[in-house]
Amino acid sequence: MLRFEGVEIVQGGFRLAADLTIDAGAQVAVMGPSGAGKSTLLAAVAGFSAPAAGRILWQGSDLGPLAPGARPISMIFQDNNLFPHLSVFDNAALGLRPSGRLSADEAERVRDAVTRVGLAGLESRRPGTLSGGQQSRAALARMLVQERPLVLLDEPFSALGPAQRGEMVDLVAGLCRERQATLVMVTHDPGDAARLGGDLCIVADGTVSAPMPAARLLADPPAALRAYLG
Amino acid sequence: MADRAQPLGLVGGGIVAAGSVAALTLGCIAAVLWRAEGAFALGAGDTAAIRFTLVQAALSALISCVLAVPVARALARRRFRGRAVLVTLMGAPFILPVIVAVLGLVMVFGRAGWVSDVLALAGLPPINIYGLHGVVIAHVFFNLPLATRLILQGWLAIPAERFRLAATLGMGPGDIARHLERPMLRATLPGAFLVVFLICTTSFAVALALGGGPRATTVELAIYQAFRFDFDLSRAAFLALIQLAVSGSAALLALWVAVPQAVGGGLDRTVERWDAARPALRLLDAALIALAAAFLLLPLLAIALRGLPEVWGLPAAVWAAAWRSLWVAALSVCVTLMLALTMALAIARARHRGVARGIEAAGYLAVAVSPLVIGTGLFLLVFPIADPVALALPVTALVNAVMALPFAMRALVPAAVEAEARFGPLADSLGMTGVKRLRRLTLPRLRRPLGFAAALAGALSMGDLGVIALFADPEAGTLPLLLYRLMGSYRMDEAAGVALVLLALSLAVFWLLDRGGRVNAEV
Repeated sequence: MLRFEGVEIVQGGFRLAADLTIDAGAQVAVMGPSGAGKSTLLAAVAGFSAPAAGRILWQGSDLGPLAPGARPISMIFQDNNLFPHLSVFDNAALGLRPSGRLSADEAERVRDAVTRVGLAGLESRRPGTLSGGQQSRAALARMLVQERPLVLLDEPFSALGPAQRGEMVDLVAGLCRERQATLVMVTHDPGDAARLGGDLCIVADGTVSAPMPAARLLADPPAALRAYLG
Repeated sequence: MADRAQPLGLVGGGIVAAGSVAALTLGCIAAVLWRAEGAFALGAGDTAAIRFTLVQAALSALISCVLAVPVARALARRRFRGRAVLVTLMGAPFILPVIVAVLGLVMVFGRAGWVSDVLALAGLPPINIYGLHGVVIAHVFFNLPLATRLILQGWLAIPAERFRLAATLGMGPGDIARHLERPMLRATLPGAFLVVFLICTTSFAVALALGGGPRATTVELAIYQAFRFDFDLSRAAFLALIQLAVSGSAALLALWVAVPQAVGGGLDRTVERWDAARPALRLLDAALIALAAAFLLLPLLAIALRGLPEVWGLPAAVWAAAWRSLWVAALSVCVTLMLALTMALAIARARHRGVARGIEAAGYLAVAVSPLVIGTGLFLLVFPIADPVALALPVTALVNAVMALPFAMRALVPAAVEAEARFGPLADSLGMTGVKRLRRLTLPRLRRPLGFAAALAGALSMGDLGVIALFADPEAGTLPLLLYRLMGSYRMDEAAGVALVLLALSLAVFWLLDRGGRVNAEV
């Protein structure tokens, strides 16, 4: 499980407190007004910034001393997820070896992942020649070969249309369920949270709420969420 | 429709301004062509001058770029106290009087300089600062910072997410170099190389002070010698044509390869780099930054140390020259601003893209034409009707203004276009035209770039040692010319004092004018 133990994140005048637990294998959406600190929370888990106080633990061990690359995490950003000069295959292969030199076995695993996300036949294409949805799929292929138990997504599909976004949420949720990976996804769309079908954390007023079933929260939103949903 | 008359007037003014600039530059070229009298045969000295010009420019550009890569990388991935100051300082050589920097370099790297003293302790012979070595060292001094800023910009243009992504993938410095940095460098380096190359083919003062002799004469220097020593005008004209061909083709090449632009701001952020936390890399970067800073600052420090005790005892002739320098600079600033402002406003208002492009192209002509080429042309034009020596100072101011024009345009055109796009329709609907529009809309919106353009024009003119060397009576020249003459007669203490005065005046002119645009400016 992912545990935030008295975590406090401070950036200039901005403060965010988090004290909660996300169960292993859970699928959690994170919502809240812009500027509330959703991405900041994810950045602290990924190791891009250190919390001012408290600890972030994965399966009981402190992530604090680990560099971003050494954490059990694969992450997908809002954009710039792919290197423009590398093919789909090479981008996915980075999840296995940053050097890009693969054994025959490993190359097979990368090809499997590319097929699994529905990009078979497009392995040699550059990201620039792909549609937005295909680019997201390529990033998911890399996430697959990384085989890390904790998947963080920071508004990953916000550039896609509603139908495509739903499709991608289904895909990533299915892939994570299959591998029993824990999924934490920042989104601004209640539809994504509902579609994910798991829990929901609300980031507002300087705190992160404990995860609660998304369906229940969305049906009867508490004040902070109601203010955001409008 | 009612506003038609006004923009046409404005655009017309811009066309006239652009036309005068074009007439001046192209007229000078025509005069040079006419005077060269078909003496189009390359002598041995001429080919040597062409070769030296190209070799020193290529070497200077190569060394500047090769050294700039690790320095820019260090600046891109380290945060430290004083980083912003250092990055700003790297923009300073541009406004530094060339001859002052050359004197500083002689004091540090010359035969009796600090580096040679250190080498002597180790039993090594001193460095020879004159000839190819010296010209290249001086050009690297001026252009290493420029190349560093251009490349640093490329580094900072890599999206921060890419570095984060690389960090989550556990990429080491080698992987990051391969996937992130090398693609960026492949895109940035050719442009940076060409910019430096172009600057080095047209730089005259460095060659004048450190070059010379059959083995270290640039084409520009050969023009000067043909003028000053032989008074062989047709040979000077012929050499001017060669110079025009060299720098013109370099400029065309630079236009063709997308050249990166050094922008003022935005270089003060850094991206956190998890791959670079290793102690060895930290040490390497710290050493690189310290070396680059020392290379930039030691020559200035040498001048300050040696010049300060001299300043109070400087003869009256120095202050007279300083006064002449100041008013030449003032005149040059006025001309630059008038030309640049009318041209920028015309570009912003022009309905035909072709007209806008034509005006802009005229403003940038000076990039390809060296001051000595214009100087030669002007001399040829003036000589039959008046005494060029009597006109030396106004002519210098005019040429300096045209030389500063490209930089002024680069500051003003984007701001003018933006102001017009954002507020033009509103001003039109309110009937703001003519002087009203200029006072209430244009000048307030353009205050900062106007101040900056004026500051650049002023500082460049203060430090100029080009046309003035061609025309002026040595007894009634500007401060840089006086400094050059002191160096020529090895009066180094006095030279250091004069250099310090010139340096202080140039920086003060830049600071005052730039600040004038900033104070109370509402953005």
